This record gives sequence, C-alpha cells and structure tokens, in this order.
Amino acid sequence: MSSWLSQHGYALLRALRQLAAAPVTSLLSIIVFSIVLSLPTGIFILLENLREISGQATDTQQMTIMLDTAASQADVELINARLEKMPTIEGFQFISKEIALQELQQESGMAEVMHNLGQNPLPDVFVINLGHISANEIEKIQAMVQIWPRVAHVLVDTDWARKLDAMLDVGRLVVIMLASLFGVALVIVIFNTIRLQILTRHDEIELSKLIGATDSYIRRPFLYFGALQGAAGAALAWLLLYFAILKLNEALSELARLYATTFTLNHLSWRDSLILLLFSGALGWIGARWSVARHLSQIDHDSTIS
Amino acid sequence: MAAMISLNNVSKFYPGGYEALKSITLSISQGELIFFSGHSGAGKSTLLKLMTAIERPTSGSIVVGQQNIDSLRRSAIPYLRRNIGMIFQEQKILYDRNVFANVMLPLQVTAFDTRASASRVRAALDKVGLLNKEKADPVTLSGGEKQRLCIARAVVHRPTILIADEPTANLDSGYARDIMAVFESFNQVGVTVLISTHDRILLDMTQHRVLELRHGKLVA
Repeated sequence: MSSWLSQHGYALLRALRQLAAAPVTSLLSIIVFSIVLSLPTGIFILLENLREISGQATDTQQMTIMLDTAASQADVELINARLEKMPTIEGFQFISKEIALQELQQESGMAEVMHNLGQNPLPDVFVINLGHISANEIEKIQAMVQIWPRVAHVLVDTDWARKLDAMLDVGRLVVIMLASLFGVALVIVIFNTIRLQILTRHDEIELSKLIGATDSYIRRPFLYFGALQGAAGAALAWLLLYFAILKLNEALSELARLYATTFTLNHLSWRDSLILLLFSGALGWIGARWSVARHLSQIDHDSTIS
Repeated sequence: MAAMISLNNVSKFYPGGYEALKSITLSISQGELIFFSGHSGAGKSTLLKLMTAIERPTSGSIVVGQQNIDSLRRSAIPYLRRNIGMIFQEQKILYDRNVFANVMLPLQVTAFDTRASASRVRAALDKVGLLNKEKADPVTLSGGEKQRLCIARAVVHRPTILIADEPTANLDSGYARDIMAVFESFNQVGVTVLISTHDRILLDMTQHRVLELRHGKLVA
C-alpha cells in the first residue's frame, strides 16, 4: 500500500514539476482549456437559471380571470360562488380593481399617471391556484370560465413557462452538443501536449523501460499531467464565469430594479462544480492515456531496433 | 553449478532475411564471468538483447533464472529486467539530471524505499569511485567516469546478473583495466557477469571463459 502510494505520489510530483518546468506553456494550455470549457458551461448556467424561473412558475400553476370593467358587485359574487363549488382547483383569491390600483401605484411609482387618468382602468381579477393538474384539465377549466358572464379574459400563467421549458430542452441539447465538441477538442489538445512531452523525454522513457519500469509506471506521470491540466482548466473556467456572473448581476439588478423586481444569476451548484472539475479532469486523463498508449508502443519499437 | 542462463538452439532473423544468430546453444552458470567476443556485427549485442527480452528469438528457447523468455508475457518483462543490471554500449546517460539522480533511476522504477535508496546510491557510487561526483553534471565527467556511472546505475538495485555491452569501447587501456576490476569485484560477490567486447587486450588478459561469435555462430 505504501509502495502504491509512493508510486502515485512520485507520479503526481513529476506531473507538477512538468507543469512548473514550462510555466508559460502550461498556463497558456490551461487558459485555452478554460475558454473552451467556459462557453458550454456558461450556456448551461444560463439555462439552469432560466429553468429555475420556469420551474417556479410551473410549480405554482395559476389562472387569472379578468372581469369586464363594467362588472358589478353581484357579478363578482356570482363568480365567487361558482369558483367555491369547483373541486378541481386548490383555491383562489379575489383582487378588486381598487386594491390592484393601489398596488400598482405603490410598486411602480406610477401614482401620478394613474391619478391623471381620472378613472381606474384596471379590472376586478380572480387568481386561481390550480395546483398540480394536467394541461387537459386546465384547458377544460379555461373553456368553462371563458363563457361565464362578465368574464373578459382568462389567462393561464404557466403557458409561457411551458414554452420556455421546451426551449430550455433544446438549449440543453445544444449544451450537450457543444460540450461534446469542445470535449473532443480538449482531448486532442492534451493528446498533442503529451505527445510533445513524450518526444522530449524519449531517452528517459526508453532507459526506464530497459531497467525494469512497467508501462503503468511510465504512463502515470503523463496521466496525472493530463488530468491536472484538465482540472486546472475547469477551475479557471469556473473562476472566469464567477466574475462574469458577478458583473452580469450588477447590470441585471439595475434592470430588475427598473421593473420593481429582483433577479440574480446563480453560479453552478457545488455538485455541478465538482462534476465540471471531474469531467474536465477525466477528459485530460483520456487524452493523456490515448497519447501515451500510442507513443509508448513506438518507443518499444525504437528500443528493439536500436 | 546451476545454470543461470541457458540458450537452446537459438536463432534470430531480422526482417529482410538477415540472420543475426544461428542455432546458438550455451549454458552460463550462476556466479560465472563470461566474455562474448567477435567483430562488429558478429551477433554479440543481439545475443545480450535476447537474454534481456529486448528482442525475441525467431526460434529456440532462452531461460534466464527460472524464466523462459519465449513464453514471457509482455507485462512480466519489467520484472525480469529488475534482476538484471545492464550497461549499454551507447551508455544512455540522462543529461538533464546529476550523477546521483542517474544512479537513483532503477530504484525509482521499483518504488524502492526513498531513504534506503539514497544510501544504496551512495554505496554504488562509492564502489565505482564516483562518490565525490554525486552532484556533478554528467556532461562534466570523463569517458571512464561516465562508464563507471553506468556501472553504478546497473548495480544499484543489486541484480543477480550484470550484462555489459562493449563496456570498454572508446576507453583507453588504463580506464579499461579499472572498469574490468569493478566487474571482477561484483563477480566475486556472486553476480553473474556477461561482457561483450572486441577488445583484444582485455580478452588476452582474462582468465575467464571467452565465447567467440562469428557471423552469428558460436565458434569457441
């Protein structure tokens, strides 16, 4: 066990020394990896944030019934009574046009504009909490409510969220395709980096094999090197995106303030961050493994014919 | 005495039909010091490469220690080589590290205990008279010192067999005698030593068995 650990410790040390031996080249490679990883990861972050919004919307399925501005108190009471008798809905809330006006004046700072209008342009509204029911049932309720007297409009508030969800599914597919494409690019870059390293250390590898080094002993530092470069690229990509989100949130908070709401972009969760790190490290490892397998057999051939 | 190495009817053909070795049969006892002589191209190096599984025979069988080389799996070759110390004709010194690190390499590949390794390396350097040069850059060493560095590297892991391919080539006779004295000292502690050489002075001096190869055939 201690021999196994010392072999791996030595390999890791060799890989770190190799990184430190050519700091500029190593840093440039890591920057390239981070840029390659930033694009799909950035899109993924954006999609996850949008998914969260759409998720919140679809979790609370709502239907809004807007009454005619000429609806009387009796009309309101009639609709109220009908809604109370509906077993398929979870509950509802009535917002009178007077309360809606007050809220609008308070929230959007449009008091002066509203005051100048002379009369209240807002309708009485029933907001129905539909709970978790099927789209089919929502359509039936919508069709039924639509023909009630004094009902001007019926809006199902989750429609947009469903459309967004569908778009997010397409976006997710784009992220997978981009990640696959860039993943292959990353593997190829690591393959070439390791190829150059093997060429540089050809004599040492050849000698090591002749004096009893196993293939895994020779492979190990290169595998660590590839994995470290991949993981370092992921870590740098994470940092780049962190600062990008920080900057975007400043701009978004200003925009959200104008619409009297709050919205902030969230970075990757710890779980997703770890997956990014492992995924990128694994790609580096695969690139290195491929390169070493291909070029070590060449060294075997060279030492045989020399 | 038990045979440490035995070859039975071994032949080696290279692609294109060149026959490097023809039906070689021989036995080398444990603790023996033996010379392989012959002109360049006689097959001395090929013979040594077959014994260390750098090459595989085209026909015949080779047993080193208790291991039959022909049936040895590729993954088992490193473990065979760990019992053999090799001194290469082209030296294969690594010039990106000092003398100490060069000699340390065989212990590193076998994951030998780090603390014990340092004393092993110094003991090997002491044996070949290079202890005062452990921190030296190999490029600053003389021809004889470089060869002694290679010997220290070959014996640091205390192999049972020492194989040297033209160890005195390009050395003047004074250095060559020193190098031979080192081989003799290892042989006296039980190491089986195989030396290939075409150095006539060295061969005339020796009391040990000399096998001559001519055009791939064992003639004496």
